[in-house]
Amino acid sequence: MLRIARDAYGEMVAHCWAGLPLEACGLLAGAGDDATVCYPTANVAESALVYTVDPKGFLRADRDAEARGLTILGVFHSHTHTAAYPSPTDVAQAPDPGWHYVLVSLADGVPAVRSYRIVGGNIDEEPVVLLR
Amino acid sequence: MSVEVRIPTMLRSHVAGAATVAVEGATIREVVDHLVGSYPSLAGQIVTPEGALHKFVNVYLNDDDIRYLDKLDTKVGDGDTVSILPAVAGGA
Repeated sequence: MLRIARDAYGEMVAHCWAGLPLEACGLLAGAGDDATVCYPTANVAESALVYTVDPKGFLRADRDAEARGLTILGVFHSHTHTAAYPSPTDVAQAPDPGWHYVLVSLADGVPAVRSYRIVGGNIDEEPVVLLR
Repeated sequence: MSVEVRIPTMLRSHVAGAATVAVEGATIREVVDHLVGSYPSLAGQIVTPEGALHKFVNVYLNDDDIRYLDKLDTKVGDGDTVSILPAVAGGA
């Protein structure tokens, strides 16, 4: 399960909307399965089809999270025209089996947020719950 | 020369769960060599068998990507921080 604080959830979805027509991406930090901080980052791939988290943004997020006693729990990115399901590229490039891989689909005009664990090429969906 | 190496979560299982490790070395290559010497299962995770930086890893010396410095030959000094970060990418 991934639990996301409301502010972080809102910031994540807003960042994805703002990135249109390109894919947007960012990182989520927190503790355990609770993501409490969203770090929007630039998509240095500048593409509607693929994303690459700005490494410098990752560095800054990692430092800031550590200063707050948090860790990076996962990454989010938008799918602008397809469902919120990991693509073969997403699976092939998923770096960390401990991370949550969050997808924000904007394909239907209403954001659809789903989260996955990707371990050894296997995709497991997990529930997404808003933290109160 | 002792530097602090920040280990990403995906590699922490190789270093007994540590988030940072103090490592000796005068260049990034020496730091990586010493790191792998202490934690042999890290071999191949940062540098390829041919001795180049893996393309799916970014290494920062303080605020700078070593690809824009002298790559693995970048000199390091006491108190520097070396951050190893996975390249995070994907797409349709």
